[in-house]
Amino acid sequence: MSLSIQDLKASLEDGTEILKGVSLDIPKGEVHAIMGPNGSGKSTLSKVIAGHESYEVTGGNVTLDGEDILDMGIDERSRAGIFLAFQYPAEVPGVSNANFIRAALQARLAEGEEIDAVAYYKDLYDKMDLLEMDRKFTARAVNEGFSGGEKKRNEILQMLMLEPKYCIMDETDSGLDIDALKVVAKGVNAMRSPDRGFLLITHYQRLLDYIKPDHVHVMADGKIVKSGGPELALELEEKGYDFLKELVPA
Amino acid sequence: MPEEATVTVDQETQDAINIDRSKGDFRFPERNKYDAGRGLTEKTIDYISDVKQDPDWVREFRHRALKTFLDKPMPTNWATEDLNNIDFDIIRYYLSDGERPKRSWDEVPADVLETFERLGIPEQERAFLAGVEAQFDSEAAYSNVKEDLSKQGVIFVNSTEGLKEHEEIFRPWFGKVIPTGDNKFSALNSAVFSGGSFIYIPKGLKLKQPLQAYFRINSENFGQFERTLIIADEGSEVMYMEGCTAPKFETATLHSAVVELVALKGAKIQYVTVQNWSSNVYNLVTKRGLAMEDAEVRWIDCNIGSRLTMKYPGVIMKGERARGEVISIALANDGQHQDTGAKMIHAANNTTSNVVSKSISVGEGRSTYRGQVHIPKHLKGCKNNTECDALLINSNSRTDTYPAISVRGNQHATQHEASVSQVSEEMLFYMQQRGIDEGHAMSLAVNGFINDLVREFPMEYSVELKRLIDLEMEGSVG
Repeated sequence: MSLSIQDLKASLEDGTEILKGVSLDIPKGEVHAIMGPNGSGKSTLSKVIAGHESYEVTGGNVTLDGEDILDMGIDERSRAGIFLAFQYPAEVPGVSNANFIRAALQARLAEGEEIDAVAYYKDLYDKMDLLEMDRKFTARAVNEGFSGGEKKRNEILQMLMLEPKYCIMDETDSGLDIDALKVVAKGVNAMRSPDRGFLLITHYQRLLDYIKPDHVHVMADGKIVKSGGPELALELEEKGYDFLKELVPA
Repeated sequence: MPEEATVTVDQETQDAINIDRSKGDFRFPERNKYDAGRGLTEKTIDYISDVKQDPDWVREFRHRALKTFLDKPMPTNWATEDLNNIDFDIIRYYLSDGERPKRSWDEVPADVLETFERLGIPEQERAFLAGVEAQFDSEAAYSNVKEDLSKQGVIFVNSTEGLKEHEEIFRPWFGKVIPTGDNKFSALNSAVFSGGSFIYIPKGLKLKQPLQAYFRINSENFGQFERTLIIADEGSEVMYMEGCTAPKFETATLHSAVVELVALKGAKIQYVTVQNWSSNVYNLVTKRGLAMEDAEVRWIDCNIGSRLTMKYPGVIMKGERARGEVISIALANDGQHQDTGAKMIHAANNTTSNVVSKSISVGEGRSTYRGQVHIPKHLKGCKNNTECDALLINSNSRTDTYPAISVRGNQHATQHEASVSQVSEEMLFYMQQRGIDEGHAMSLAVNGFINDLVREFPMEYSVELKRLIDLEMEGSVG
């Protein structure tokens, strides 16, 4: 059981190829980290897996526990178990966080089934407590006027509430101070389980001090150029991305 | 990568955004005892005056108004050319079954009763209303106010009854807030008006429950011209709500009302409209309130139906510290044009006005905001705040804003903000990534856009707005 990416190629509408054959297998229970310089295609990989319509998949495939997801719509993939914690989450003016998360949960129920409001709020408050979020947060509009740290916590809160099978986290550490990073890591670590896989996309090794990966991959120019254990992240930190130049054939 | 500016609307989205217009789409066979026939001449006026047994002053008022109507050109120099598609010669200007308005639903004819029952009116009256008037084509079929209120001096009758039985209160204010010649359609209404409410709230009485009027068009090629006058005496408070529906006919139907509000010293009037006409109704309405010293007039207006709505509720702040407010939501779907706005006329020191307008244009729908704020030079301490926000859903939508703020003198504070936004592809992607399908994502975005204004409407009020609220409030309980 895994989120399996095989030789995935994707281009922008203007034909620019961004992913040039990415292969990666994320079994349940494991945490994988992808590191790489800006423009290497890390964020694009996360968006293509989620189904963003700005990219056209030109080759390869993506399966979730054996099921092909590339033909599914964005919302279907989400309900099938893919969660993307955004680097820059969109604002949804006028829609409260509580209503938004509830709408997302409601979307997972069969027709005619309703969320139990009391149980929902209990669950929501428990998870907000874990992330040290103020109760007032429920009434605020989704991401509107949120600080960078609040947005990231909100992403983790949604992830906790939706209990996805595979969590893809795009630069969740960017813009976080160390205290916020610890809180976010606490939320993620609370979710680690044999039934869930993680893909962490990050520019810096720092996040990996708090969320220990099982495997680290380095991406450059639309491909995974090196894979290894946690020590690879440290090596990268030490040598900088320049050492990748040796790995990428000119 | 340029952000995609257009979002196509699929059927599911359209359904989610659409208000339940089918609710009002039914009709009964006509059984009119009185029919003024097609077209508008001096004879039409006399026919209406005869049937209604108008006093002479009213008959003369109508005839003068007809002349004004015929003399005035169609305002297509600034308004849409679509006005030229109204065929005044095929419209029937007065239709009624000749029954007087009933005080009990039991006495209302079966077809009319069924109409209003299907629209939920008697049920709402029992639940939370202080009084109801239900108009069917030209005349009120039902009109009733709670007994304890009428004992305290509250008057809630139709305009015909108002001008005859309460001439001493009615006549001094009738046509004073909106003169006949204000515009072509106020003149038309003045010539052929029938129905609408006359309300008087005595000094110091604060109504806890709202009064409601419901306007129903049942007949094709018909024009409904109700006339409403509300007088809130010193220190009194009233909330009046109106709803309107019509079946969907093959040909255009005309609704042209005049509504005058008078809030005497320290009084407060809130006028709430949920307009849900079918998409072939020309809805050309003139609404204005007069606010005396320390008085307040609020228009809370929601326009979600009609082919063309032209409506710019206004407040003349005539006494010191008077306040005027217009809160408006307009939704223009395919084939609709919502041309709405507000007029704030400051005519005394330290008067305050507030305009918040939100419009949503979907598909080929078009929204226009026209605002006028007037503060003359000799006044001091006047304030105006105007906010207009437009939300566009798909590239064919069109929105225009024409604010006109004329402020003379420098002892005033005015503020104007306008914005145009789209439901962006990134916002939709975000919501869909959480598992919400595109239709629901779109309706969440739309409801989020108008959420702060929806709170201004009484929750119980209308079936139509309730559906709107439900979409966003889907589980806002805590």
